[in-house]
Amino acid sequence: MRQDTKFTNQNFRVIGSRVNRPDGMDKVTGRARYGADYDAPGQLVGLFLRSPHAHARIVSMDISRAEKLAGVKAIITADDLPDLTNGNREMLDILENSMARGRALYDGHAVAAVAASDVKTARKALKLIKVEYEQLPHVTDVDEAMQPDAPVIHDWIFTQGVNPTPKKPSNVCNRTEMGHGDVDAGFARAAHIIEKSYKTEQTHQGYIEPHACVASMGPDGSGELWVTTQGHFAYRNVCAELLGLDIAKLKVTSSEIGGGFGGKTHVWAEPIALALSRKANRPVKVVMTRDEVFRATGPASSTSIDVKIGVTKKGRIIAASAELRYADGAFPGPWAILGAMTSFACYDLKNVKTVGYDVICNRPKVAAYRAPSAPMAAFAIESTVDLAAAAVGMDAVDFRIKNAAKKGTLSSYGVTYGPIGIGPTLDAAKNHPHMKAKLKKNQGRGMACGFWFNFGGQTCSTINIAADGTVNLSVGTIDVGGSRASLSLIAAEELGIPYEHVKASVADTASLGHNDMTDGSRGTFSSGMATIVAARRAIEVMKERAAAMWDIPVDKVDWKDGHAVAKGKKNSKLAPLSLKEIAENSPNTGGPIAGHNEFVADGAGVSFASHLCDVEVDPETGATRIVRYTVIQDAGKAIHPDYVEGQFQGGAAQGIGWALNEEYIYGEDGRLQNPGFLDYRIPVCSDLPFIDTQILEIPNPDHPYGVRGVGETSIVPPLAAIGNAISNAVGLRMTHVPMSPPRILAALEAGE
Amino acid sequence: MRYETPETTRDAAALLAAEKGEAYILAGGTDLLVRMKAGLLEPDLLVDIKQVPAMNGIQQTAAGFRIGAAVPAVELGEHRALGRTWPGVVEAAKLIGSDQVQGRCTIAGNLCNASPAADTVPALMAAGAKAVVVGPERRRTVPVEKLPRGPGTMALAKSEVVEAILLPQRPAKSGDAYLRFIPRTEMDIAVVGAAVNLTLERGVVKTARIALGAVAPTAVLVPRAARAIIGTRLDDAALEKMAAACSAACNPIDDKRGTIAYRVKVAGVLARRAACIAYERAGGKR
Ligand SMILES: Cc1cc2nc3c(=O)[nH]c(=O)nc-3n(C[C@H](O)[C@H](O)[C@H](O)COP(=O)(O)OP(=O)(O)OC[C@H]3O[C@@H](n4cnc5c(N)ncnc54)[C@H](O)[C@@H]3O)c2cc1C
Repeated sequence: MRQDTKFTNQNFRVIGSRVNRPDGMDKVTGRARYGADYDAPGQLVGLFLRSPHAHARIVSMDISRAEKLAGVKAIITADDLPDLTNGNREMLDILENSMARGRALYDGHAVAAVAASDVKTARKALKLIKVEYEQLPHVTDVDEAMQPDAPVIHDWIFTQGVNPTPKKPSNVCNRTEMGHGDVDAGFARAAHIIEKSYKTEQTHQGYIEPHACVASMGPDGSGELWVTTQGHFAYRNVCAELLGLDIAKLKVTSSEIGGGFGGKTHVWAEPIALALSRKANRPVKVVMTRDEVFRATGPASSTSIDVKIGVTKKGRIIAASAELRYADGAFPGPWAILGAMTSFACYDLKNVKTVGYDVICNRPKVAAYRAPSAPMAAFAIESTVDLAAAAVGMDAVDFRIKNAAKKGTLSSYGVTYGPIGIGPTLDAAKNHPHMKAKLKKNQGRGMACGFWFNFGGQTCSTINIAADGTVNLSVGTIDVGGSRASLSLIAAEELGIPYEHVKASVADTASLGHNDMTDGSRGTFSSGMATIVAARRAIEVMKERAAAMWDIPVDKVDWKDGHAVAKGKKNSKLAPLSLKEIAENSPNTGGPIAGHNEFVADGAGVSFASHLCDVEVDPETGATRIVRYTVIQDAGKAIHPDYVEGQFQGGAAQGIGWALNEEYIYGEDGRLQNPGFLDYRIPVCSDLPFIDTQILEIPNPDHPYGVRGVGETSIVPPLAAIGNAISNAVGLRMTHVPMSPPRILAALEAGE
Repeated sequence: MRYETPETTRDAAALLAAEKGEAYILAGGTDLLVRMKAGLLEPDLLVDIKQVPAMNGIQQTAAGFRIGAAVPAVELGEHRALGRTWPGVVEAAKLIGSDQVQGRCTIAGNLCNASPAADTVPALMAAGAKAVVVGPERRRTVPVEKLPRGPGTMALAKSEVVEAILLPQRPAKSGDAYLRFIPRTEMDIAVVGAAVNLTLERGVVKTARIALGAVAPTAVLVPRAARAIIGTRLDDAALEKMAAACSAACNPIDDKRGTIAYRVKVAGVLARRAACIAYERAGGKR
């Protein structure tokens, strides 16, 4: 850990204020450009042909009639995409997911793409492509896919993480085990043991903006991509590798983003758009339909989870274990691993063991979704924790307080915690007025806790000081939730200038060094640190320039409140020089003034939340209404409280949708039945109450301001908080998410 | 594709009759345009009826109300006499989609789209509404319940157009109500819909009509359910009997929106709740 990024508990001037976001005006007036708002001269329309089958061999494909259609400029199939991945199976998976290679692996898997002069021609061309399929047995359910008689989807998958590695291929791509202590011994000493099994259905991030890009490849092997993404550097690197381009010759410009939540950390149509452009020698624009977004981009896993918790008479958890089975879709991912790691992270446990299985099935390739894999695990664990509290006759909050992890706890995933916020969020929950609010008939209150790691990673920022003293801040992390406002506040704080004097932009890949994606709640944490260091370096330059202007040694210059100040009695007559004065003089003192920083941001502080929720269940229809909702979360330090609260509320809103109605529904034929917002039910405004928030600030020791990531933890507790509230309202333990009206009514009738 | 804007109903029917390819009436377009955009329909001719004077406006006559086929749902909500007389029909129209959708969509389009889940259709059936149907040769008046035949199919000839929907005048002490179940609070399609229309005499139900949506291939009238409450003060026993008759009349499917068991049960629940609202609107006190 670098010394210049340690927490120093400084006093702030502008950090923590609720300024207007710099992108706000453009967004409310429509001037902001999203993925589909880019156009290039001479551009073609790119459309995809997709498999109507869950699993099928492509026996033959005839594109000759489509190729001859006037206006068709290029057609791409797997034949146009040689494997350049050098044995890197993960990269080959990305290529194969972009375009089927001999086999369609899920309903919606792309099998061909067309670039034509207009939409009508492109549509016609798709109809002229003749594909002969041989349907193969399919499996879409995670538990069925693990059965010995399930159709094996990939003959190259042999379960990793078991010793010895099996000789037969299966759909289980990985087994992972976490924990410490001796759970068997712990369970043997438990006064009560609670065991329960849970299922959660597949959900999509549901970002309102579909994937869109314009790809333009020149005959000289250089190209440009304008795209909506959470990580333009990652998109660049992946596309370049898959297509055999030099990384530096592909310039990727990110658009404003209409939501990503993890779904735009992965390439889908982009490599194919570039391939189409290369073949047609014209720019190609691809805008997915909502149907394509649902069927062929990456939703979250469906899961099946068993939990076992043993407690002592006094209410201490003495042993806890879980087996978590996560569907990865058509290609392997780390999803069960993340589930196994996060499961019991909120608790201080002597004996804990989690086992995760990542499972292949005929569904789209799973991608990250906000605290990926944690909400499902939390649903299973936190529901069982409520049962454990009830078994010893303890209040749900008191029971959690008694068992909560703290500084020094060896976490279930192997890390020993520093200062953390789970205890304080629970104390705040206990004392929150929400806890005392009266409940009406058919209403119940529930609570649950959540955890997310938060990431750091490669980061690079630049500050350029303009001749009039205003400041350009160039960052390389996409702004998905107001980070340009937060980062501008940070630059203003460090430089000692007004917030309005800073203009933050997300630079393209040709203008800044590599930045990892905006994922893992890292944007404000990592780019914030990079901005602090970049600003401090710019200050060093300005001190040199002031020294030159005054003609005194630089060690006699200090920086205070946006001014260079001369030190020592000898210099006491020298009036401080403002940043503006130094900038104005820069042409004569050495030229442009800049500060730059590139590094790997370490020490992202873990984040915890406690959520409170009141529901009302209609016992005759099974419909659940969220009556009141409160999010309490540790932010480390809220740079811009509005956007911290926005993240808390957004995660809760998505969690409410996930808990109550959202699910991928597959038919017997393995086809997705609800690829649209009518029957994939994300909440509408009137479904949600005002979501109350309480920000706690337990500083992260490894960030100069104490910042922790805040973007993801808020989606972790809602499934369980709502499940617990429903249980308290109608005396039913719901074990299947979504807890939709038909499921609740069926459970009520079965219980009667 | 051709797009025509005739100025009489006859001309609209004649255009449909003359077209050899696929022809559709375009009212609000909130079903039609959505299906065209999704690539499910590729019409050769669209006949937009919004320029036809006979299909615009709501008229109150001695016989009741005449609602032109091109009248958007929002106008139903703004018509005070209509809202006072047929609050159940109006509340059904005001459930369609959103403010934006209601600014365009029509109840005739809701009927002619022939979805079993259409919200205004049970309310219209319960109200005893009739449709004025115009062909190139003749004009007929048909009870609404005689028109839908199954999902997406109507008892209309290719060249026939609905010109207006007629709602009868009604005696004092009458009330109607429509309720639907959706998993969300708006922007959704009915999993079950229930409409009840009744007239009281000294607190006793004298006449009643009850209709259900989304529980069979078309919206259905349930005379047995109506009989269960006629002659009663809507006591609990009568309501239970009515709910049971509603559940028994269901012939639903299992689909992404709900299970058979769910629809059967909730049909009775909603009918019971709608009956209580209608009873209260008619001035009854339970
Ligand atoms: C976002 C959204 C939400 C919706 N929510 C609901 C809802 O909550 N409840 C609900 O019931 N529906 C809903 N709908 C469906 C639709 O809005 C309704 O069915 C609406 O009433 C259709 O009326 P329209 O005038 O727009 O019909 P159009 O789309 O113009 O026509 C529908 C069909 O009827 C035919 N047609 C129309 N008028 C006539 C006529 N006079 N004579 C003969 N044929 C005719 C057309 O040819 C077409 O086949 C929703 C639609 C959208 C897009």
